[in-house]
Amino acid sequence: MTTEVAQDAARDQDLGAEWLDRVNAALSAGRPLHIQGGGSKGFYGRPVEGEAFDTRGHRGIVSYDPTELVVTARAGTPLATLETELAAAGQMLAFEPPHGVLGATVGGTVAAALSGPRRPWVGSVRDFVLGCRVITGEGKHLRFGGEVMKNVAGYDVSRLMAGSLGCLGLITEVSFKVLPCPRHRLDLRLEISAEDAIARFAEWGQQPLPISAACHDGSALMLRLEGGEGSVADAHRRLGGEVASAAFWSELNERRLPFFADPRPLWRLSIGNDRRLPALPGDQLVDWGGAQRWLKSDAPAEQIRDIASAAGGHATCLTAGITDSPFQPLPDVLMRYHRQLKARLDPKGIFNPGRMYAGL
Amino acid sequence: MNILYDERVDGALTRVDQAALLAELRTGIPDLTILYRREDLKPYECDGLAAYRTTPLLVVLPERVEQVAAVLKLCHQRKVPVVARGAGTGLSGGALPLEQGVLLVMARFNRILEVNPAGRYARVQPGVRNLAISQAAAPYELYYAPDPSSQIACSIGGNVAENAGGVHCLKYGLTVHNLLKVEILTIEGERVTLGADALDAPGFDLLALFTGSEGMLGVVTEVTVKLLPKPQVARVLMASFDSVDKAGRAVGDIIGAGIIPGGLEMMDKLAIQAAEDFIHAGYPVEAEAILLCELDGVESDVQEDIERVRAVLDKAGATAVSLARDEAERVKFWAGRKNAFPAVGRMSPDYYCMDGTIPRRHLPTVLQGTADLSQQYGLRVANVFHAGDGNMHPLILFDANVPGELERAEELGGRILELCVAVGGTITGEHGVGREKINQMCVQFNSDELRFFHAVKAAFDADGLLNPGKNIPTLHRCAEFGAMHVHQGKLPFPELERF
Repeated sequence: MTTEVAQDAARDQDLGAEWLDRVNAALSAGRPLHIQGGGSKGFYGRPVEGEAFDTRGHRGIVSYDPTELVVTARAGTPLATLETELAAAGQMLAFEPPHGVLGATVGGTVAAALSGPRRPWVGSVRDFVLGCRVITGEGKHLRFGGEVMKNVAGYDVSRLMAGSLGCLGLITEVSFKVLPCPRHRLDLRLEISAEDAIARFAEWGQQPLPISAACHDGSALMLRLEGGEGSVADAHRRLGGEVASAAFWSELNERRLPFFADPRPLWRLSIGNDRRLPALPGDQLVDWGGAQRWLKSDAPAEQIRDIASAAGGHATCLTAGITDSPFQPLPDVLMRYHRQLKARLDPKGIFNPGRMYAGL
Repeated sequence: MNILYDERVDGALTRVDQAALLAELRTGIPDLTILYRREDLKPYECDGLAAYRTTPLLVVLPERVEQVAAVLKLCHQRKVPVVARGAGTGLSGGALPLEQGVLLVMARFNRILEVNPAGRYARVQPGVRNLAISQAAAPYELYYAPDPSSQIACSIGGNVAENAGGVHCLKYGLTVHNLLKVEILTIEGERVTLGADALDAPGFDLLALFTGSEGMLGVVTEVTVKLLPKPQVARVLMASFDSVDKAGRAVGDIIGAGIIPGGLEMMDKLAIQAAEDFIHAGYPVEAEAILLCELDGVESDVQEDIERVRAVLDKAGATAVSLARDEAERVKFWAGRKNAFPAVGRMSPDYYCMDGTIPRRHLPTVLQGTADLSQQYGLRVANVFHAGDGNMHPLILFDANVPGELERAEELGGRILELCVAVGGTITGEHGVGREKINQMCVQFNSDELRFFHAVKAAFDADGLLNPGKNIPTLHRCAEFGAMHVHQGKLPFPELERF
């Protein structure tokens, strides 16, 4: 069965009923599942001991109406397929999710909740999740949220699923809010230092400018402007800079820039956007207008985490095998509520156990 | 089945002796303000949904987080229910007290702790009014985007609890999109930080889960909101239509043309006439519907978008399109819309506001269904509509002094919400479930989904002490509501496809 799906992976199909049976079998046997889509985020989180659960078979766009700004797709739908479909209608997933070398799926995109360079200006993965369907730890296939922009009926379970790394249930379908692609775009490069760049980010952030990405790659400030032709041209006149390659942002998002080739472990520091960092124990790339720092460093995890915490944030290790807890450990009380939530929603502990934190 | 707390279907509550609890609170927290006389409790018997009233057992008005923690710990030990309340402007009875519960009023936490222009955030106490945040940020040319109609009075803690919206949601999001961090206290009195000063935080997204949880999972004690640069310009277009359908289609056409307006509002004839009588905003009273379309941002883009929207509106069959000449006229156009509720209030002794949200393509069906129901129940309905995001606010006109009319209005409201669910929408877009829509939750969610919600609740409040009876109905209540509701085995609106 699995082989057959793999051979005909391009076919849209609804495996919802079959998945429900498989999860119920796993629940009866108390057998943990290691949920995997395209495998593009294998580096992210802790290793999971469990039966591989390949989500790629359950795929296809369930509904898409560009005038509603909503698309609904099954979890195994390749992100690339979804984005191609949206682009044909002049729309996009505004949070700019990375695809990875192996190709991401819709389910993995939501479960990992990694957002790209546009994130500080338009929002994160969870900001665009409107609804989802989930197979739960009680062996039920449920629907939360929906296909409407505003919905406050019940708890916001669909946004809780974003970034849960599959630890709270099996995501089978997601509805996203989509946005029109910007009418005009301009990529710029300014030869200034990282420190000057960070100061400018803070200043520009307080002004209504059509910035949609801002980074310092170690040698220059890179800026992307998106909006109407007039505002983009205006901003270019005001901010200056040489026109640069548009490919830079996808190279950054896919971590293909030369910076990422450094053999040292890769860390991601998410910090307050007004915070100054001390000299970092390694090389950094400033992203998200200062709020996200990529760090290549051999320094111990505790040292890197202390720096991030002092700046109002946290640090995640994106290189496998460096630390037993790639995600920053939580304060005890918060961890206790995480355990209680996991115990209530996945009482048998079958969904990606330990992927986020040991014992969760 | 009582709409106020009904122990038979909503769950048994602990019997509490008022004097004993008062004595214990006074001993444990000597400097806490506690109201206990009947006449002092009276002003707290309802929130913005004034039709539902219950006198609380006690009202406490803490001023420090330690006091709140101590109240919660004591109530947790004694198994006393706690209902948190902000400014009390909520429209769904989310802060409706319990006869056997403590009402925890957070209004005295009214200090703005920090406005940080470089970090583009403000850190405030939960009792700070929504509008006060934007006023404090104004000297830096920054503002807090969500703007519920009650923004002059409603507090940010309540905004978090309800995931409040407003007229600019399609472009700028709801409360959940504009928060960085909240500090909460659990029912056990433990302090927990959700979110961070950074754009994300490790672990599950409990910030998203708590936003809109209606005081069921914890009590908000501090909020850090994002601030945005004020748009350079905002212009508003008003378009008249000779049919509501055409106006509805025009909304889809604008969005289909790749334009996300800052605000996109629709009013039907009755709402237009009410607003015009009250505000004299210059609305065309003969029109069947008007659209207000606000475009904001950088000057040159706004100019360009005005022309594009105007072309779309003309093509969509607008009978007239006018651009507010200046800021004064823009404010006037909006004043009509923002005062639509009180304006309708002048036409009728009472009105009842609904909050369903639908996929916009079903607008004609739902408006027709609403009109049919209006006729069937013999009550007038004015429609005000956040058209851009599909959030409808039908206002049901009634007179509470006429015996049976309130009940009829409530039943009509319930039927309208069920119609919204039937087309794939939701019973509440921004006002919350509270007590008001507790029965309609049984229509929107099946028993397994409700069980899942109960499991979420149990992870944070296993004894069910925070705001019992709100937001998520018991299965018992739904069973009874269902039995009452399905007449002769027929579902409401059998002609509609079920989603």
